[in-house]
Amino acid sequence: MAYHSFLLEPISCHSWNKDRTQLAICPNNHEVHIYKKAGEKWNKVHELKEHNGQVTGIDWAPDSNRIVTCGTDRNAYVWTLKGNVWKPTLVILRINRAARCVKWSPKENKFAVGSGSRVISICYFEQENDWWVCKHIKKPIRSTVLSLDWHPNNVLLAAGACDFKCRIFSAYIKEVEERPSPTPWGSKMPFGELMFESSSSCGWVHSICFSESGNRVAWVGHDSTVCLWDANKKTAVASLSVETLPFLAVTFITENSLVAAGHDCYPMLFTYDESQGSLTFGGKLDVPKQSSQRGLTARERFQNLDKKASTETNNVTLETLHKNSISQISVIAGGKAKCTQFCTTGMDGGLSIWDIKSLESALKDLKIK
Amino acid sequence: MARNTLSSRFRRLDIDEYDENKFVEEPDEAAAAAEPDPVPEVEALLRQGDMLQAFHTALRNSPLNTKNQAIKERAQGVVLKVLTSFKSSEIEQAVNSLDRNGIDLLMKYVYKGFEKPTENSSAILLQWHEKALAVGGLGSIVRVLTARKTV
Repeated sequence: MAYHSFLLEPISCHSWNKDRTQLAICPNNHEVHIYKKAGEKWNKVHELKEHNGQVTGIDWAPDSNRIVTCGTDRNAYVWTLKGNVWKPTLVILRINRAARCVKWSPKENKFAVGSGSRVISICYFEQENDWWVCKHIKKPIRSTVLSLDWHPNNVLLAAGACDFKCRIFSAYIKEVEERPSPTPWGSKMPFGELMFESSSSCGWVHSICFSESGNRVAWVGHDSTVCLWDANKKTAVASLSVETLPFLAVTFITENSLVAAGHDCYPMLFTYDESQGSLTFGGKLDVPKQSSQRGLTARERFQNLDKKASTETNNVTLETLHKNSISQISVIAGGKAKCTQFCTTGMDGGLSIWDIKSLESALKDLKIK
Repeated sequence: MARNTLSSRFRRLDIDEYDENKFVEEPDEAAAAAEPDPVPEVEALLRQGDMLQAFHTALRNSPLNTKNQAIKERAQGVVLKVLTSFKSSEIEQAVNSLDRNGIDLLMKYVYKGFEKPTENSSAILLQWHEKALAVGGLGSIVRVLTARKTV
């Protein structure tokens, strides 16, 4: 497990390029820094300065090599690499609150921005005017949209919001694509159509993710729950109330397994049993370094007793790799169906790359189905 | 400058009230049917000394869906009575007999009980809290804080 500490400030958001040699991060300010991997080290190669507010979302389109960023200044910029410089193009989102998350669609001809104005802006490029245009999905979103994920058919979009619901909308733009074929989510998909809405659990939906096939969607809520809905089964939402602090990020690593991470600073595995329609906890995915336990001297024992009224040698430092909440997970290699590596960034300013094979060998009873 | 730049009268206006897209709380779906009153049944069980059964009965009929404050207070009083009449050694066994939803519900009642402490209630509630925490973890406390339907 490789851990690299980039900064002392939290990493607000990150995105990898196609071959995973470069990483774009926001170091908790108005800029985006692009780092290039050189052996074991990371060198900063670009600084993207255009936003006037904190950058809350970055997405790097793998094929067209464009970066879209969105921020609290209610703007989004699409950056294209010209020579050795990233040039921004402003996208008018027509929102009056901060933008919170942004995602390129699978075909990279449009992107979606979730914002505090209770609206999702779907932006596409209009050739005639050489300009990015946006359309809004408004109803029935009642609060800030915190997270977005696209279905592989480039039309359906899952959105998790602060009104405790997960919804799937159609973001079909007839100017840029063909009519989509029917899916398990429905067959009529005009723009803005609500294909699915979960019943309320009680927590803000921090993160949402489609599986590789697009037939399953999983989300995590602030009430410490993980939920999954299988469009093919149409039974009740499979939800699991966990005993840990709430999660902030979730992703599929196979069609049946989820990795979620959040305020407990380590990723956890969850497995979906299709026959029973239930989610179960699969294991804690952290292999902390075993720090040498040195015995306490007598003097330290008395000090402990005096200060803390206990003689226990409780370690006050976290034993996990990340020393603060993990805010984002992304799949690096293998896709969402056969993930071999994923990466996490967090509020401790660090980035960890997790290798599934080494995790499986290190943690003996880990079964990833 | 105009004279009213110094005026802060605007600060008393709540501009979000005038926003057309204002969030309006969903009206509660179907008011719950009158819950069978658990109080006499629970008290009878308590008198008989069947703590565990009283405990389960009190928790089973909790008024989560009603908005009626009086019903909730009554139910809470009953649960508190049951919780305080347990002996310390029996708490663990009672907690282990609950499922996941039961633990969350128990945590809600424990925190509700903390709100209005009486003579001895806090001590016994803390013991319940410790045992429920061991099973439910921090997640059960998070669910008490984020719950929309309170006990």
